[in-house]
Amino acid sequence: MKVILEILRRESREKAPYVQKIIYETDDENETVATALNHINNRGDYKDTDNNPVTHIHWECSCMQEKCGACAMIINSKPRLACGSKLKDMGETVKIQPLKKFPAVADLTVDRSIMLENIKTAGLWFEESTKADETVGDISYEASRCLQCGCCLEVCPNFYTGGEFFGMSAAVPLTRIISAVTEKQKKDVYKAYKKHIYEGCGKSLACHDICPANIDIEKLLVNSNGAAVWKRHIGKKKK
Amino acid sequence: MSRINIIGAGLAGLSAAIHLAKADIPCSLFSLQISERSQSVLAEGGINGALDTMGEGDVVENHFNDTMKGGVFMADPNAVENLTHGAPEILRWLESIGVPFNMENGNIILRNFGGQKKKRTAYAKSSTGKIIMSAVIDEARKYEAKGLIKRYPHHEFIRLILDGDKCTGARIRDCYTGKMYDYSGAVILCSGGMNGIFPGKTTGTTQNSGDVTATVFSQGVILGNPEMIQYHPTTIGISGKRCLVTEAARGEGGRLYIERNGQKWYFMEEKYPELKNLMPRDVVAREMFFVRRQPDCGDRVYLDMTGLDESVWSRKLSDLREELIKYLNSDPKTVPIHVEEGIHYFMGGIDTDEYHRTNIKDLYAAGECTCQYHGANRLGGNSMLGALFGGKKSAETVISCQYDLSGDEYIPVSEYEPLAEIALPVLIEKISGILLSGLGIVRNKAMLENALGNLSSLRKEREYNHREINRFALAEAMLRGALERRESRGAHYREDYPEKDESYRKTTVARINNGSADISFRTLAERRSHESNS
Ligand SMILES: Cc1cc2nc3c(=O)[nH]c(=O)nc-3n(C[C@H](O)[C@H](O)[C@H](O)COP(=O)(O)OP(=O)(O)OC[C@H]3O[C@@H](n4cnc5c(N)ncnc54)[C@H](O)[C@@H]3O)c2cc1C
Ligand code: SF4
Ligand code: SF4
Ligand code: FES
Repeated sequence: MKVILEILRRESREKAPYVQKIIYETDDENETVATALNHINNRGDYKDTDNNPVTHIHWECSCMQEKCGACAMIINSKPRLACGSKLKDMGETVKIQPLKKFPAVADLTVDRSIMLENIKTAGLWFEESTKADETVGDISYEASRCLQCGCCLEVCPNFYTGGEFFGMSAAVPLTRIISAVTEKQKKDVYKAYKKHIYEGCGKSLACHDICPANIDIEKLLVNSNGAAVWKRHIGKKKK
Repeated sequence: MSRINIIGAGLAGLSAAIHLAKADIPCSLFSLQISERSQSVLAEGGINGALDTMGEGDVVENHFNDTMKGGVFMADPNAVENLTHGAPEILRWLESIGVPFNMENGNIILRNFGGQKKKRTAYAKSSTGKIIMSAVIDEARKYEAKGLIKRYPHHEFIRLILDGDKCTGARIRDCYTGKMYDYSGAVILCSGGMNGIFPGKTTGTTQNSGDVTATVFSQGVILGNPEMIQYHPTTIGISGKRCLVTEAARGEGGRLYIERNGQKWYFMEEKYPELKNLMPRDVVAREMFFVRRQPDCGDRVYLDMTGLDESVWSRKLSDLREELIKYLNSDPKTVPIHVEEGIHYFMGGIDTDEYHRTNIKDLYAAGECTCQYHGANRLGGNSMLGALFGGKKSAETVISCQYDLSGDEYIPVSEYEPLAEIALPVLIEKISGILLSGLGIVRNKAMLENALGNLSSLRKEREYNHREINRFALAEAMLRGALERRESRGAHYREDYPEKDESYRKTTVARINNGSADISFRTLAERRSHESNS
């Protein structure tokens, strides 16, 4: 298999971005964008189509099996996980760019700290002891799966860094708190949810379709909106 | 004001941070990437604790015995005593911070796991690590909001700052800006296993490069049992790594077989009628290796999960099934899968005592980077436990030291730091190849001497930078440890010494000496009586 990788390079935040094209060949039909990037970096002697050396390509990875969210980037115009993007499914030319909603660091690495800042502002923790038993277990489990990859924010029409609206990467984990929150903390959590999620969300669910962890965002939203806004019970009915 | 410096933000680092913060002690949590990307999120099958919710009459003493036996009596019995006694409290704590374990009537359900005679493993389907991590990260956030925990993701540990035999801080690099700082205060290393010395060959993350262990070893920190590497029996090859098929697959009824004379031979069930497919991992991996060598057998071992109930798939292993379908294009519900042994866990590492102190004053270590709790073989479900408990224990030791934190938190570094240069990936690959040639499931003197010879020739090939030199020293420690241990025990199997030898029931101690690894053996502590163990 032979593909052209068209990578948006950038030495640092201060430097201007440019496109570098690399011809990449492999016999392994399971190769992903992630393994190709690793391969190019590890061999260290690749040349681009203009015969310039390919310097180390900055990007973040960790698990290499779609479980940590590190490698989120834009591949052929869609935010995805590089380690879940098989080259054979990506066409002859694979366009690879960093996520655009976050400040650039270098090449494909961006600074996603705003996501963690936002959930800190939203008060994402339990103040008191709690228990997520089987009545809310499924909701809590699903809400615990968020990778903090940022793909949902990338496609969200309403999210921008620094805004009051925090997007799905905050709403999903907040649902974990909402599902098992104690009386004392309820008011604060609901208030934060309304302010930073409910009021800003257009409910188009672009986030639901893009989430690489396949989180059932729609279901979580229904439950959280129900509890925080309409004071409905979350999860299965208690016996 | 200075803070306690924790290196690594997986389960061990987070646990240490939370327990320090609970005692109002400020700490900084440094990691290459955010906790959500640490290897701890990959854990699948579960976490152990003798809660006895299944009415089997399980008690802590059983957990102690299984852990000691699984580790072939090479773990510190007093540390294991602390661990197993502390386990129920750890599980209750996780429950109280909202971990949605699989539950029934409000009680945590426990499942069977390898090497354990009772159901003792709590789980959240087969994504237990991820689900626990989400709760523990949120708990840490509570103290972060109070300023007690400072998180420093994208910050790399470069080296310890030593003053004689005392650790006074750590040199840290911000990977986004390239700037370097010296942070002062005691240090707790929670930097995870050494996957990066076998790139692409383990079930772990690329983030745990092994650099931390290699560096501190070269700085004089003692390593214990570096030869003890766990091969997990059931992994599949995917692009760029080994992908784990959780032990829960066997815990819930999966069976291993090989074709013998055209028939399916469920070899584990025949050879080990009591625990069958759930023998400790070292035993299963070795048996797989041996049956494949038999002339009347095929060359592939299969995991047969076709007999599992629909409800097991939907309630307990749904995520595993999805993953296997994705990678194998076939459904494990109907088709047995070809599995192979893969490097999964490092029982050896930074040597600590039961209080998680290293040989260097004011330097502590916890989690998979340490040689603690698991002896010659780790039981499934004991490692998340070891990371959470070890983090807590190290925090307790630090708390008891009442450190003076009045100094400066950090000072910027302007001098050139040779350790900032990374080890060349091509070299790492070469060293990995050499290590694999000596440290397979079955080892012998010739293999190990040959590997050491190749390592030393490679060392002479060119000039190397500091990180590269450190990697050579670490590799040498692992190979020499395996060569000197002239017996077979747990994960270490020597075909030239196939029996256990009581005189080697000791900790392998690796120490740097003039750039090279010295190996000696240290007698294990005796188990204290119950009463004195509070
Ligand atoms: C696929 C898989 C499945 C598993 N399943 C189970 C299971 O079911 N049950 C069980 O008990 N155990 C399981 N384990 C083992 C268990 O997950 C780990 O042993 C445990 O989570 C280790 O936790 P830790 O905190 O020690 O390290 P990690 O979670 O690996 O964290 C290490 C931290 O150190 C940081 N770090 C590394 N190098 C540097 C550096 N140079 N500078 C700064 N920071 C650095 C990393 O960024 C990271 O934050 C599994 C492991 C794998 C890989
Ligand atoms: S539903 Fe639409 S507005 Fe709301 S978070 Fe998702 S993408 Fe954004
Ligand atoms: S909700 Fe999905 S897309 Fe958004 S950060 Fe979490 S895992 Fe990523
Ligand atoms: S490297 Fe973890 S999701 Fe891709």
